[in-house]
Amino acid sequence: MYSKDGESYFIVDAHVALWDARPENQRNIHGKQFIDCFYDYHRNLSPEGTVWSYEDYLYQGGRRLMKDLFEDGYVDHAVFQPAFLGEFYKNGFGQTEEASALAQAHPDKLTYNHNFDPRNGEAGLDQLRADAERFGLRGVKLYTAEWHGESRGWRLDDPWAYRYFEACRELGITNIHIHKGPTIRPLDRDAFDVADVDHVATDFTDLNFVVEHCGLPRLEDFCWIATQEPNVHAGLAVAMPFIHTRPRYFAQIIGELLYWVGEDRIQFSSDYALWTPKWLIERFVDFQIPEDLTEYAPITTAQKKKILGLNAAKMYDIDVPAELRLPDADEPATGPRGADDTAERAADTSTLAGV
Amino acid sequence: MALALPETARGAGTHAAAYEALSGVFDPELDEPITDLGFVRSLDVAGDSVTVHLRLPTSFCSPNFAYLMASDAKDALTALPWSRHVVVELDDHHDSDLINAGLAADAGYRGTFRHEAEQDLDELRETFRRKAHTAAMERCLTALLRADPDREVEALGEVTLGDLPDDERTAALRRRRAALGLPDVPTAPVLVSHDGTTYAVADVPLALRRARSTRVSIDGNAHFCRGLLRTRYPGSEQDQTDRPEGAEPADALDRPPSPTTFIPLSQLKEHLS
Repeated sequence: MYSKDGESYFIVDAHVALWDARPENQRNIHGKQFIDCFYDYHRNLSPEGTVWSYEDYLYQGGRRLMKDLFEDGYVDHAVFQPAFLGEFYKNGFGQTEEASALAQAHPDKLTYNHNFDPRNGEAGLDQLRADAERFGLRGVKLYTAEWHGESRGWRLDDPWAYRYFEACRELGITNIHIHKGPTIRPLDRDAFDVADVDHVATDFTDLNFVVEHCGLPRLEDFCWIATQEPNVHAGLAVAMPFIHTRPRYFAQIIGELLYWVGEDRIQFSSDYALWTPKWLIERFVDFQIPEDLTEYAPITTAQKKKILGLNAAKMYDIDVPAELRLPDADEPATGPRGADDTAERAADTSTLAGV
Repeated sequence: MALALPETARGAGTHAAAYEALSGVFDPELDEPITDLGFVRSLDVAGDSVTVHLRLPTSFCSPNFAYLMASDAKDALTALPWSRHVVVELDDHHDSDLINAGLAADAGYRGTFRHEAEQDLDELRETFRRKAHTAAMERCLTALLRADPDREVEALGEVTLGDLPDDERTAALRRRRAALGLPDVPTAPVLVSHDGTTYAVADVPLALRRARSTRVSIDGNAHFCRGLLRTRYPGSEQDQTDRPEGAEPADALDRPPSPTTFIPLSQLKEHLS
């Protein structure tokens, strides 16, 4: 919970990790390249005073995670979204045992999501069923740029992926978090393309698809798909820290998301340990869209409350104190949600076909 | 017959020519020359041999874009009338070995990526040429809206090239239009799709909004990539030029104090050696 100026905010950090990228866990050079890339993201976007040493960054451990999120970071509940990266790390990147044990010890504070890879075929389906039972899964984190033998990526609309989504449906795994990465086969096309989200969201309307880092660097493609699919949500992993060095860019991302996706389908996350939640939450509560960006309406306190926690709490059935709850906005399920004249036409999604 | 130049002066001339050739190589995604982005790590010219090292903001930048820039660089340098031995290498990328071997063997895109490639990268290039046009179009129209808040958004569909101010923003739009083969006459409508199709009045606001999301995405990404390069390679800011679109106050803090005296690091190194 974070309180300021008489307002209280229930905080759900919808995307956190407990990773181990120490040299002894690196399988090859790519393990080092991967964590170095994360560390450059961290150094490039963090305010002075919040930058970790490289050694701390390689592995944070459960105790530090609990402190950074719940003691220092105002977070009420956090969701683990582990990446496997078995081709880069011997014991994987996300630490399954340690993270799931933490979640088991603190069920009021932590939810453990796991992952699957449809290229594992039937054996992977059996594993998914076992994992669902073991962890009590409500959600999964999928990384489509995961390497797997000769293959360096998969698509959500691959036939085998459909088998896995059908299993998710049976198993009550309703929250599918998707991370689009940079390499996918074939390389002929844009690797960050989110078109496969469109197909799968249309075919599995009873599942929620949370696109992490809101499709960046393809915000436009994400917004276009999300506005047409009522079960596609925006995750703010990686987008949040732009609030520090690139506040105008951040303002425009939020302005676009509020317009195309709406205030009820945007989820805050620190992407811990890429960044820590404390400063992100403080900055976001203080944040306002610059006045000279006249194409966007100012962001409201209610919208901030929904983004910071209420939206993810609803998706994960996390209990929110009654006085902190808010009703859904009176917005259409598809089409632009913005308060300008285009919203009047949103009821008729066929108009989208003309653009 | 021309006078023979002293060896050093001729070397400087070919170095400058090679750098000029590289400035015609674009990052297809960010729509900027690789020389402006600071992606040229070093350029060495010795007689008719040219060796270039490229660097990117992360090890995991898309390999297809990485390959395109590296192979375009090799093509541009090979096309110089005096060059005979051209080596282009991409440093510190997860696919460096694959891409560098492919470049050395002139294996082409499919030869380089084998089972990961299906056809070619023309469609990918075209996708980003269209996005670059969309963003340039939105910048021009949003500038009109901000200058005159009373202007009706629906009326933006009637704006023609001749209505735009004669400035760099308009010039950039005309370059993007030329790349798509769109007409360059004062009466040509500005708000068009990639094939020149105009929008019904009722669809104009949504078309502009969609173009806006493209512009926000491209500008944000371009600056993030520049920033990551500066973080990854300290000093590389000296090789980057300003990008006014999407610039923010923090950019000034990241820049060398005197941008007017900027000399690309790759040239500076040669002057020093």
